[in-house]
Amino acid sequence: MTETTYAQSATGAEVHTTHIQEPRVLSMQQALNTALDEILASNTKALVFGEDVGHLGGVFRVTDGLQAKHGSSRVFDTPLAESGILGLAAGLAMAGFTPLPEVQFDGFAYPAINQIVCQIARLNYRSRGTMPMPITLRVPSFGGIRAPEHHGESLEALFAHVPGLKVVSPADPHQAYHLLRYAAASPDPVIFMEPKARYWQKAPVEAAPGDDLAGARIARHGRHLTLVAWGAMVARCLQVAELAAEDGIDVEVLDLRWLSPIDGVTLAESVGRTRRAVVVHEAPLTSGLGAEVAQLITASCFDTLRSPVERVTGFDVPYPSGDLEDEYVPNVDRILYGIQRVLEYKRG
Amino acid sequence: MEPLPAEELLGLYALMTEVRHLDRAAVAWQRQGIIPGYAPLLGQEAAQVGSGFAMDRTLDFAFPTYREMGVARALDVDMTGYMATHKASWHGGLYNPVTSRLAPIQAVVAGSVLHAVGWAHGQTLAGESGAALSYFGDGASSQGDVHEAMNFAAILRAPVVFFVQNNGWAISVPTEKQVAGGSVAARGAGYGIPGVTIDGNDIEAVVHTTRWALERARSGQGPVLIEALTYRRGPHSTADDPGRYRTLDEERESAGPDPMERLRDRILGAGIADMEALAGMEREAAAAVDQVRIKLTGLGTQPGAEMFNFVFQESTDSLNQQAEQWRKESDHD
Repeated sequence: MTETTYAQSATGAEVHTTHIQEPRVLSMQQALNTALDEILASNTKALVFGEDVGHLGGVFRVTDGLQAKHGSSRVFDTPLAESGILGLAAGLAMAGFTPLPEVQFDGFAYPAINQIVCQIARLNYRSRGTMPMPITLRVPSFGGIRAPEHHGESLEALFAHVPGLKVVSPADPHQAYHLLRYAAASPDPVIFMEPKARYWQKAPVEAAPGDDLAGARIARHGRHLTLVAWGAMVARCLQVAELAAEDGIDVEVLDLRWLSPIDGVTLAESVGRTRRAVVVHEAPLTSGLGAEVAQLITASCFDTLRSPVERVTGFDVPYPSGDLEDEYVPNVDRILYGIQRVLEYKRG
Repeated sequence: MEPLPAEELLGLYALMTEVRHLDRAAVAWQRQGIIPGYAPLLGQEAAQVGSGFAMDRTLDFAFPTYREMGVARALDVDMTGYMATHKASWHGGLYNPVTSRLAPIQAVVAGSVLHAVGWAHGQTLAGESGAALSYFGDGASSQGDVHEAMNFAAILRAPVVFFVQNNGWAISVPTEKQVAGGSVAARGAGYGIPGVTIDGNDIEAVVHTTRWALERARSGQGPVLIEALTYRRGPHSTADDPGRYRTLDEERESAGPDPMERLRDRILGAGIADMEALAGMEREAAAAVDQVRIKLTGLGTQPGAEMFNFVFQESTDSLNQQAEQWRKESDHD
C-alpha cells in the first residue's frame, strides 16, 4: 500500500489517507468522482454543494452517487445562484468547514465574481489569517464540446490575476485525481478548472502522485523546443509532438498544472534545455496567461533563447458557437505553425 | 412587551453614551487629521447597541458592513482594534474577528449577508445552536446577494437573523428611490420567513425583537428578517456633504426624537436613575473614548511585510520573491 499524505486540513479536521490503492484505468470524470468520495470519507468537515450535484450527480456526473453515500447534509443541491453558492462557501469556511462547491460551467462563475474576488480571495487577508478560506471551487472549464454560449470559457487569467487565489487545471485522469485531493487539503482557496472536453477519456490512475504536485510536470521529454500548455491543450500538444517527431522534431511538452502560482523553476529548467518555447492556450490572446509565461521564460532564459517565445491561442473574440469552435481553439495545424515559427526564427 | 429590567436599561444607556461619544470624537479626529475617514452612525445607536446587546456572545456571530461601531461596542470588541480600520491601519480592523464574534469589517455593500447564511448553516451541520446576525442597510437591500441570501436561508432553514437598518439614506438616495414597495421587511413574505418592522430608535423594541428572532433561529425555526426604521442623522461619511441632497429642516422633520433622549427620558421618568447618575456615565464614556484616542494615535503603522504575510495561509514562491524585492528596494526593514 502506498501512503500519500496531501496535507492537513486547514481547519484542523482529522484527515485520513484513504486513497486509490493500486493503478486503475479511469476517465477523468471517474477519477474526480473517486477523489471527491475519498475527500468526503477522510475529511469529516468536507462538503460538496452546487447546482444539481446531489441526486442527479452533476450535469457531468462528477458527483454521481456521492449524496447517496455521504448523505444529503454533506452533498447537497443549492438554489440556482452562483453568488449564493460562493457566499455560502465563505460562511461555511468561517464556521470551520472545507467547502468544495461546484459552479456548473465556466461562464456561470461570472455572477459569482463578487464573492470570489471581493470576499473569498481576501478574507484570509482581511482577517489577518484568522479566517482561512480552504475552499476548492470546481469549475468545468474550457471549450471543445459544442456547447451553448458561456459554456466554453477559459477564465484562468482572470483568476490568476486576483491576489489570494490559487488556480490549477488537470490534464488527465491521474492529474485530476491527485490534484483535486491536493487542492482539497490546501488551506487557501483554489480554483480547480476541469477540462470538460477531457472528462470521458480513460487513462491509468496510479496510487502515488509520482512527482511534486505543487508544481508543473514534464508530460513528454524532448530536445528541440518546449510546448507549454494546461488543461485540454496538454493532450493536443502531446498529439502534435507525435506528429512533429515524424519530421525529426523532438518536442517537449510541459504541463503547467498550476496557473497561479506558476512554477517558474520547471519552466526555466525545460526551456533552458530546449531554448525555444511555444505557449498554447484556449483563452483569448491579449493579456492571456501566455504573456505571463512568456515573460517568465524570457526573464530566466533570455541569454540562451534561440527565438522569441511564441503563443498559439484563442482569438480576441467571444468564444464562438459550436460550428466555429474548431476554428477558434488551437488545433494541431496552428500549433505546428507555431513550432515552425520558433524553429525557423532568424536573428535580424 | 415586558419592559426591560432597570439594570439592563442602565447598561444600554451606558453603552449608547459611549458609542455616541466615540462616534462624535471620530468625526473630530478626522477633522484633526488623526484618522483619514469615518462613517458616522449618529442616530442609529439604539438599533446597533440594542441588537448587539441581544446576542449571546457564547453562541452567536455578527456579520457587519462598515457602519456597525455600535454593534462592535455592544459585543465588547476591542475598540482601538475596531477603529483601526478608520485609521487605515488594516481594512478589516485589528481586532480578532473569531474571538470577538464579529466578522471583519468589510466595505462591499451586502457582501457579508451570504456569509452569515453560510456560517448559520454550518451551525446546523455541526449540530451547534448559535445564530448569525447579518447587518445591512436599505441601500444594500437592492443588491442581488441579499435576495440570494434570503432565498438560501429559507431553503436551508438556516439560523440567521437579517437585521436591516433602514436609516433613510443610501449616501444621497432616499429610501423611496431605493426600496420598491416601501418595505424591506415585506419581502420576507416572499421567502416564507417572518418580516418584522420595528421602531429602530426604541431600544427596548430592538432588544426584544432581536432576542425573539435569535431565539427562534437557534431553536430551529429558521430565519427572521427585521427592518429597524431609524435615521442617519449625520453624513454618509466624513467625505460626504448632506447639504447637497437634504436641508436641515428636512433632517429635523424626518429624524424624529433622538434615540438617546428617548432612553434618557424613559430612565428618568421611571425613576431608574437621576441626572447625576447619567452625568457620571457621560464622564465615564468621555474617559473611555479618550483611552481609545490615546491607543489609536499610538498605534503607528503596521509592518509593511504584513501586506505579503496575510495573502495566503501557505505563501507562494512568487509572492515571497516580491516581498524580498520590496525589502531590498524600500527603507522598511
